Amino acid sequence: MGFFDWIIKLLSEYWMLFLEGSGYTLAMAISGTIIGFLIGLIVAIIKTTPTDPSVNPIKRAVVRFVGWILTVYVEVIRGTPMMVQALIIHYSLFARIGIHPLLSAIIIISVNTGAYMAEIVRGGIISVDKGQFEGAEAIGLRHFQTMFSVVLPQAVRNIMPSIGNEFVVNIKDSSVLSVISITELMFMSKSAGGTYVQFVPAYVICAAIYFIMTFTVTRLLRLVEKRMDGSDSYVICGSQSDYHSMIKVKGGDDGCR
Amino acid sequence: MSVIEVSHLRKVFGDNEVLHDISFSVNEGDVISIIGSSGSGKSTMLRCINYLEKPTSGQILFHGRDIASGDIRIPDYRAKVTMVFQSFNLFNNLTVLDNCTLGMRKVLGISRHQAEEAAVSHLATVGMDAYIKAKPRQLSGGQKQRVAIARALCMKPEVILFDEPTSALDPEMVGEVLNVMKLLASGGLTMIVVTHEMAFARDVSKRVIFMDKGVIEEDNTPDVIFNNPEKQRTREFLSRVLE
Repeated sequence: MGFFDWIIKLLSEYWMLFLEGSGYTLAMAISGTIIGFLIGLIVAIIKTTPTDPSVNPIKRAVVRFVGWILTVYVEVIRGTPMMVQALIIHYSLFARIGIHPLLSAIIIISVNTGAYMAEIVRGGIISVDKGQFEGAEAIGLRHFQTMFSVVLPQAVRNIMPSIGNEFVVNIKDSSVLSVISITELMFMSKSAGGTYVQFVPAYVICAAIYFIMTFTVTRLLRLVEKRMDGSDSYVICGSQSDYHSMIKVKGGDDGCR
Repeated sequence: MSVIEVSHLRKVFGDNEVLHDISFSVNEGDVISIIGSSGSGKSTMLRCINYLEKPTSGQILFHGRDIASGDIRIPDYRAKVTMVFQSFNLFNNLTVLDNCTLGMRKVLGISRHQAEEAAVSHLATVGMDAYIKAKPRQLSGGQKQRVAIARALCMKPEVILFDEPTSALDPEMVGEVLNVMKLLASGGLTMIVVTHEMAFARDVSKRVIFMDKGVIEEDNTPDVIFNNPEKQRTREFLSRVLE
């Protein structure tokens, strides 16, 4: 039998395995990226909270202490392989208290992604022009109001490409979580190839599925970016030349008043 | 009583003392222009009044109360003594309308509907009410600055601080912004304007302060400053900028 015949044979016999494996992979990657992003957002917000002398001393001490703990979290998680983290955390803790491996895997991948996202979001926040903070503060907005209404929307828009990177990395790197007996795509491909000892065709199928998933995700995120940017055109409400004679459009959906 | 009183203000950055012992007061309805060379400390002083820079020593009194004392919260103070910047600092992620309503809703607690009504009327004052749906990146510099002025007006401030509002604009757009500022001045708004526009300082302001090397050299009526300055330095500066 030729190479392509093996691919067709494996696909027709084991499509369920590939499908199930893809399901696990996507479940881990999607939830890991979303939860990891939320963790990163919280960490970055705390780490960029001002601690200059004008802030009251108790709040400053708390922010600094929590910031220090978060630095340890980011450094330790970024500095060790996810596979090792999974083995340690799952077998020493989660497996013993009977947590399902998939939940275990989602927690591990989220915590791992969170550490990278924290730095990505922090980078996004400090890349927003300082004038945006000043413009908000000068009219009386408080730090967190400024963050949520002005700075974070711009920071998140700017880091969308990096978030996409993390998403793609998660789709691929979740394969290491087969060590805690998750039957994700990589594991399933190995099983499918094992029966006839035809590993290469099985892994080619596996690679193709990974590529389809990552390519789809990057395209979808592009669409999200476009949505965030909004339209390049805008409606002029009433007459441009003489604003006093503005034609009021009430109840129209163009947003004019 | 004066609205704002600056008393013995000093500001030091590292080893560099930018402001030495600045004192002056601002009464209701005053339009004060602050002129002087680049690096003379004009902008730093204005930023200290808005508390974007913390004074090293000295006080800023608002209706007689020290703003650093905690009697008034800094954000509440800033809503009353708001600022317009050289680089506009409009919120890039928000439309013109939302730029104006954000402060009213978050700081003053006004409902969205009422905030939008007020925003449109202030935008009409600056001639930008047709652009409520536009984002800042779609506007020209002069249009952005007029929106920034409307945003400041929306807070119903007692004082607006202008930090070189026309310095980042093309010459042909300077006029549209100055016209809006003249309109506000004639309406009785208290304004402190750091500016290089000598015609504005001479014709619109009630008082002109000339600053040099971190001190107030001369504080007088525009007539005296421009026609008969008391200090040699003032004369030199004016002869340079007026050619």
